[in-house]
Amino acid sequence: MSPADPDLSAPHPTLPSNQDKRQAMLEGGKATLPLIVGAIPFGILFGTLAGPSGLSLLGTLAMSLIVFAGSAQFIALGLLASGAGIGVIIATTFVVNLRHLLYSAALVDNVRHLPQRWRAPMAFFLTDETFAAVSSRIFKNQHNPQQSGLSHWYYLGSALAMYGNWQLCTWLGVALGEAFPNMTGWGLDFAMSVTFIGMVVPYLRSQGRWNGPMWVCVISAGVMALATWSLPHKLGLIAAALTGIALGYSAHLWQRQQDHSQQSPSQQPNPQSSPPQGANDE
Amino acid sequence: MNEVALILGMFCVTFGVRYILWGTAGRFHFPAWMSHALGFVPAAVLTAIIVPSVLMPDGQHLDVTFTNPYMLAAICALLIALWRNNLMLTIVVGMAIFMLLKWAVFA
Repeated sequence: MSPADPDLSAPHPTLPSNQDKRQAMLEGGKATLPLIVGAIPFGILFGTLAGPSGLSLLGTLAMSLIVFAGSAQFIALGLLASGAGIGVIIATTFVVNLRHLLYSAALVDNVRHLPQRWRAPMAFFLTDETFAAVSSRIFKNQHNPQQSGLSHWYYLGSALAMYGNWQLCTWLGVALGEAFPNMTGWGLDFAMSVTFIGMVVPYLRSQGRWNGPMWVCVISAGVMALATWSLPHKLGLIAAALTGIALGYSAHLWQRQQDHSQQSPSQQPNPQSSPPQGANDE
Repeated sequence: MNEVALILGMFCVTFGVRYILWGTAGRFHFPAWMSHALGFVPAAVLTAIIVPSVLMPDGQHLDVTFTNPYMLAAICALLIALWRNNLMLTIVVGMAIFMLLKWAVFA
């Protein structure tokens, strides 16, 4: 952020009125609406699959209320169903949620001026969807101090809409699961796999081209997950994820070195990991 | 399984990750290599979950045959996702193919 960033400048001459705040909250909720629609099936599916995976009714509702992390909650169900230990589920939750570090790093300059009583609840409500809605508004209003002074109200509106919807969908899913107790035999377990496939594939491209290091990451994580399957407490999941991250990052470094040596032909390339081009042929 | 411990543990790590940078107001920075490495996290974790769930549907044995509806439907879903970058389309068509294979073809 530049020093001219409006959030860091002196207090605004006119404080926003309550109506401005309400307006900003409403806009935040509205901007998040399309993303909320996308979250509806996952919320319902979570509520439906929770019981058969071994979570009690109270535990299901409490997890949505207290943890509020869609993909981590999903993964926790899958791990519960396959008999993983509590430590592994918590460690996996941690790894899955590490992406929030990127989001909070991107927004830190816009929350720095707020008191802790704002920053803590905002952090609790940080999701992929709210980040997407809020970061695009902040980008648009970069040079409008009146509007960027209201960013945290906009954030709150987006977050509360997401949170309310997540609770409603969890309840709805639980009710559906109770009404149709043999629903899990219908093959809904595959719904989670197909959802995750749809979530992974966009990473395999960047700016219209194949993302070689990401292919290396995904293929090595998949192979490692099969190879370490028999490890106790589902520790293989962590081993596979760490392998994928390490090899993907190595491939990224290798690719950068390649690009660099192409620009200065005097340097000899020094291959240190499998070439990303090979992975592209898969 | 102690659900209270599970949910509290999941809350602590989730909130901790979301709050650490904002709570310290950016006084805590992580190096550039780490943010690059973090970019690989979601794809690595999700793949490590998907692959065994579709190639070992019974949770015990590897089933890489053309009578495994999980594997076939997953391959179709992968191709659809690569062809059209549309999450909803991938889920709906992938599920439809799976149901067809499970209930009509291999029933």
